Amino acid sequence: MLAYALRRAVAIVPTLFLIVTVVFFLLRLAPGGPFDAEQGLPREIKANLEAAYGLDRPLAVQYGRYLAGLLRGDLGPSLKMRDVQVSALIARGFPISATLGASAVLLALFAGIPLGVASALRRGKTADHLAMAFTSLGLALPSFVIAPFLVLVFAVRLRWFPAGGWQADASHLTLPALTLALPVIAYIARLTRGSLLEVLRADFIRTARSKGIPEAQVILRHALRPALLPVVSFLGPAVAAVVTGSLVVETVFGLPGTGRYLVDGAIDRDYPLVMGMVILYGALTLLANLAADLLYGWLDPRVRHG
Amino acid sequence: MDETLTSGAWSRSWERLRRDRSLRVAAALLIGIAALALVGPSLSPYAYDKLDWQHIASPPLASGHWLGTDRLGRDLYVRMLYGVRISLAIGMTATSVSVLIGLAWGATAGYLGGRIDGAMMRIVDVLNSLPLLFVVIALSTLFARGNPYVLFASIGAVGWITMARIARGQALALRHKEYIEAARVSGAGTAYILRRHVVPNVLGPVIVYAALTVPQMILFESFLSFLGLGVQEPLASLGSLIRDGANEMESAPWMLLVPATLLVLLLIGFNLLGDGLSDALDPHGE
Repeated sequence: MLAYALRRAVAIVPTLFLIVTVVFFLLRLAPGGPFDAEQGLPREIKANLEAAYGLDRPLAVQYGRYLAGLLRGDLGPSLKMRDVQVSALIARGFPISATLGASAVLLALFAGIPLGVASALRRGKTADHLAMAFTSLGLALPSFVIAPFLVLVFAVRLRWFPAGGWQADASHLTLPALTLALPVIAYIARLTRGSLLEVLRADFIRTARSKGIPEAQVILRHALRPALLPVVSFLGPAVAAVVTGSLVVETVFGLPGTGRYLVDGAIDRDYPLVMGMVILYGALTLLANLAADLLYGWLDPRVRHG
Repeated sequence: MDETLTSGAWSRSWERLRRDRSLRVAAALLIGIAALALVGPSLSPYAYDKLDWQHIASPPLASGHWLGTDRLGRDLYVRMLYGVRISLAIGMTATSVSVLIGLAWGATAGYLGGRIDGAMMRIVDVLNSLPLLFVVIALSTLFARGNPYVLFASIGAVGWITMARIARGQALALRHKEYIEAARVSGAGTAYILRRHVVPNVLGPVIVYAALTVPQMILFESFLSFLGLGVQEPLASLGSLIRDGANEMESAPWMLLVPATLLVLLLIGFNLLGDGLSDALDPHGE
């Protein structure tokens, strides 16, 4: 198990290297540079700026320098925000994005699993139909539709929550986290419902029931653990969904997180900033997938001992 | 049962297609929206980029603009339908691109098998582990802003991965079929066998997945346009209209409600279509 975990963790490195290489050269292929937007910038000044950031060097040299910097943990300076290092921007924005993302994933687990269990236990009844209608809606609505609607209803009309801005408290976190969590809640609820229904048909559940174990205990002690395995393997994609959604959510709610930097960086052609964010999010998604796989192996005795 | 769809199987599938209720709903919805997007703009006297300074941000029906106007006095009904046109165009184009690449890649890997298959699918695995959206965002810095065709192509170019997996799985199963062996011993070349025998026989599942890819591509484009990285002014897409609507929603909620509803209807229509197709084309589903 430990050897497997190590091997998987090491396998992340070449993938990340590939991401860095592909994105680096793609960005440089783009017509237009970061200093084009500044109207009427004299050619000499533009040339000086490019020289100062090393953009006038051959591509291979720039690539080598970037990799060398990366090994020292140096992601380079932002080209648009003068005198700011990309790593400083990540240090500033990431705690916000991480708080938001973690709350969304926790919310999705604590709302999605009970919803799925409840609707599996009331299969075919009104509550089940209502829950499934809710999950269809949650899956069909894109985050950039959900976010403005939540703001319209809960911030503008009802005034329960602020419409945007950032302070580390529950009232500023609720609407953004809810937006991110809704599709994940819907998916987890469906997964849980489907796999619990399947597990409840298994022989060992019939055995447990025939031994006279109370139904609540059959479900909590015997059925739930195997039923939650698909949810565990969905955690990797769930983190990816939350990370993607955070781009929209940080834009709509005006949160100063890293997602916002990625979007602004792409609009401004701020190469080092986009690179830094892609590396950050690439590593995050890969690690989330790895963690979900390892957790799955640890929970499923067939994998653990196989 | 043979997985190949003979002409008899195709006609039986067509029979099932016509009877499926969710498919009929989806078809009616999608044909309705498409017809409106095609014909609709010419029914209105306004152009999508015409500024009407007399009627700025006016509500629906108030000023001769059926769905009102935006902050610059542009007709929202016409802009919306142009947005739908873009969404449909991108759904189709990007899906075609991803089917072409995915089918060629997957069918080749699956048919050749062995080490070539291993290498080709390893590339697919690595691509699949990347967060696709970030690659598209990185790509979006690539194209000249405002050129929707480059946008279509680049979204399609990253969307082929699952398609390649499906085509490869099918092709792998076909490799040792008698008629393929027969073609090989009668001296047919690899390219010919791929084109003539493998590709037509992996088409069924690929069509189903293609129908489900269309809404994903539409969603991708709207997402990028919402962030300001997709279709640029003065063109409109449903995503950019939703962003504009979100900015004005306190004073003019219709600017948000109408494009959002249309986008959701479009997505639901395509998802119903894909589900219905997968039921009808499944050869084991009799």
